[in-house]
Amino acid sequence: MAETVPSHPPAPEEGHPHHEEMSFWSKYIFPLDHKMIGMQYLFTGIAMAMVGGFFAYTFRMQLAFPGIEVPGWGLVSPADYNALVTNHGAIMIFWVAMPVLIAAFGNFLIPLMIGCDDMVFPRINRLSYQIFFLSVLVLIASFLVEGGAFGGAWTAYPPLSAKAEYSLTPLGSSLWLLAVALEFVAFLLGGINFITTAMNSRAPGMKMYDIPIVVWMIVLASIMFMLSVGPLVAGAVMLFFDQQLGTGFFDPARGGDPVLWQHLFWFFGHPEVYVVLLPAMGIVAEIITVFARKKLFAYKTVLYTAFGTGILSFTVWAHHQFVAGIDPRMAHIFTITTLLISVPIAEMCFVYIATLYGGSIRLTTPMLWALAFIAEFLIGGVTGIFLGASGADIYFHDSYFVLAHFHYTFFPIAIIGFYAGITYWFPKMFGRMLDDRLGKIHFWGTIIPFNGIFLPLFILGLAGQHRRIYNYEHFPELATPELQALRVLATVSLLVMLGFQLVFLVNFVRSLRRGEKAPQNPWKANTLEWQAPSPPPHGNFATLPTVYRGPYEYSVPGRAEDYWPQNAPE
Amino acid sequence: MIERLVASASSYAPDIDGLILLIAVLVGFWFLLTEAVFFWLILRFRARDGQRAEYITGEEKSQKRWITIPHLLVLVCDIFIVVGAVRVWYEVKQHLPEAQQTVRVIGQQWAWSFVHPGPDGRLDTADDIKTVDELHLQKDVTYHFELTSRDVLHSLSIPVFRLRQDAIPGRVIRGWFRPTKTGVHDFQCAEICGIGHGIMAARVIIETPDEHAAWMAEHAPTTSLAAAAVR
Ligand code: HEM
Ligand SMILES: [Cu+2]
Repeated sequence: MAETVPSHPPAPEEGHPHHEEMSFWSKYIFPLDHKMIGMQYLFTGIAMAMVGGFFAYTFRMQLAFPGIEVPGWGLVSPADYNALVTNHGAIMIFWVAMPVLIAAFGNFLIPLMIGCDDMVFPRINRLSYQIFFLSVLVLIASFLVEGGAFGGAWTAYPPLSAKAEYSLTPLGSSLWLLAVALEFVAFLLGGINFITTAMNSRAPGMKMYDIPIVVWMIVLASIMFMLSVGPLVAGAVMLFFDQQLGTGFFDPARGGDPVLWQHLFWFFGHPEVYVVLLPAMGIVAEIITVFARKKLFAYKTVLYTAFGTGILSFTVWAHHQFVAGIDPRMAHIFTITTLLISVPIAEMCFVYIATLYGGSIRLTTPMLWALAFIAEFLIGGVTGIFLGASGADIYFHDSYFVLAHFHYTFFPIAIIGFYAGITYWFPKMFGRMLDDRLGKIHFWGTIIPFNGIFLPLFILGLAGQHRRIYNYEHFPELATPELQALRVLATVSLLVMLGFQLVFLVNFVRSLRRGEKAPQNPWKANTLEWQAPSPPPHGNFATLPTVYRGPYEYSVPGRAEDYWPQNAPE
Repeated sequence: MIERLVASASSYAPDIDGLILLIAVLVGFWFLLTEAVFFWLILRFRARDGQRAEYITGEEKSQKRWITIPHLLVLVCDIFIVVGAVRVWYEVKQHLPEAQQTVRVIGQQWAWSFVHPGPDGRLDTADDIKTVDELHLQKDVTYHFELTSRDVLHSLSIPVFRLRQDAIPGRVIRGWFRPTKTGVHDFQCAEICGIGHGIMAARVIIETPDEHAAWMAEHAPTTSLAAAAVR
């Protein structure tokens, strides 16, 4: 397979009215162009990130200053608290990490990086966003219905999620479930497109090992998503029936089993972690090679470890269920698989670090973000070992230690990865440069408080604090002034961090309108997207490129320039 | 490490703490080493005028060594951790030692109730002592617990014992602990269970044999009362 060199399929002409001016409506609202669909996903994702961040602000205020009227929300009741936590988690994963990392970057980058004019199925692509948008509307609706929004955690364990008499949200839980299911449909459609396009529409000459890592990662993520989501969709239908039709799939009183849901959920949920991780790793690979002017260390190893991680990630799900009442002997197997998966992940980190060796490193804003990803993700990685070791997880399960751990993975993925990508590709996306000085202020103003939020939470977790509890004053041993001070530190850090996001917004909006005009290839990068105009027009390339070499030929000895675009004949 | 934050009051708590310490040492080593190399490389290879980056493919054996050897060493560390984890897990969750007493723990929205054996030392007899949100135990006695739920999932989590176990409606899960220090400690429900989850607090009260006997004498239903209750 590695040797097949595909040629361009004929462009689907009817989808591409190259020559007429398009109306506002068909250009921005119902576009077929992959770049515009990517933008729709990007801006929707950013808007949802603001919602998810606002929720985090609200419940963190309640935790630091229990019982206050949170500015912008008011009193946080226990029901509010549960709904905020649940939807914060669900939004950040399903409506921020996935749309931004996979759909926005995937849509924008795949055709450009493999050198073709659009996705293979532009209409399916458009449909994907429309269904995604619908899922956002349904999610919003779940806050407005009687009984309020669902508050049974983003994992939605039954029986709590299955029966209104337990959850007290008869409509909210079903709408939430429906929103999640629609989101899955959107990403299945998008994923089909990504895989097909990357396999079939590559520029002539682009062999398997010439595909940039970020494209590989998004494709792999899409494959993993497709393979893992099926059982959960089935589970969601069963749960929906339990909620609305009174079936008893998860109801022990009628022969059902609540733990079954946990298996279906985590069989999807654990691969899902890697579904969002891989694209972020891909973004980082592109950036560190460009700004270290280095060939990626052992390209094939990266690819194989990513495949290995993908496969292994299907065998670890029950480490979320060590103490859930599964057969205790099962824990041994899942401890072994979980610790095994640390090997390819560690290897990927080693490869990235090795890439820096002998480089000529320029600490631009995107490079700072990419390096910060590695430094911070390592904390998330090593703390995961505590949780994968069954004996230690007895103590850590569902504590703030877990919470801090997974935010040290998700925050680098969803937030740092996003900022790395957006600061790197902004010139290509919008044709203008971001301000580097503001970019750096924003970088430090985000990274330092980020650690200020989550390092204290590790300590709270070690002290025995559990998740999803709206007020620790009910627990004298946890209400000590020292521990409360840690909660305040976390919340104050969050406020500082949120404040610094304004710097980014200002930079973003100002640069869109008045930024310096971006040249075609401002970073002197090799990959094909930089060989198209900035921003690329509809159809992307003036003449479709032909590929002569791999994506990371930087600093090749004997050449005048230290980069060598994939499409340069010589 | 953890003991400074939360007391250790069960026979297996030191083992769990020890395992956590073992992991902390092993991964801490890797973490510090990796971050140190990482930052050193960034400082060492900052761009300088007129100096070009090296061209290294990383595909040759002599180069790949730099990542294969560390990753084999990581694998070796993983084996140590697996062995430690399996041993602790086996002790805490899989192998139940002979019980001297059995208590029943029931979670429901949003309270814990406990059934203690009365003076006869057996459950399901007339002198059982039922309490809400207070679990009375005697120091240095090996207990089995029978854990269940009346409605949704809950989770019995007693930080000073380093014990955690979900409660599932329709199932009785059996586990064990052996308190080793007297004292009163809070615990929380560790699985979200609805709007009252945040107030589902309870206390474990670990007593000396004398105190425990006194508590029992005070609370055990007298025979006539018990008989009345049965009627
Ligand atoms: C903006 C900074 C963030 C802060 C301050 C924050 C804070 C928190 C806190 C304190 C909780 C736990 C609340 C509780 O259990 O009582 C939580 C839950 C969670 N967060 Fe975040 N978070 C942030 C960003 C993110 C991101 C970027 C993601 C994922 C991409 C994420 C995913 C989650 C998930 C999945 C949960 C679990 C929800 C549940 O328990 O059902 N968070 N967050
Ligand atoms: Cu509970």
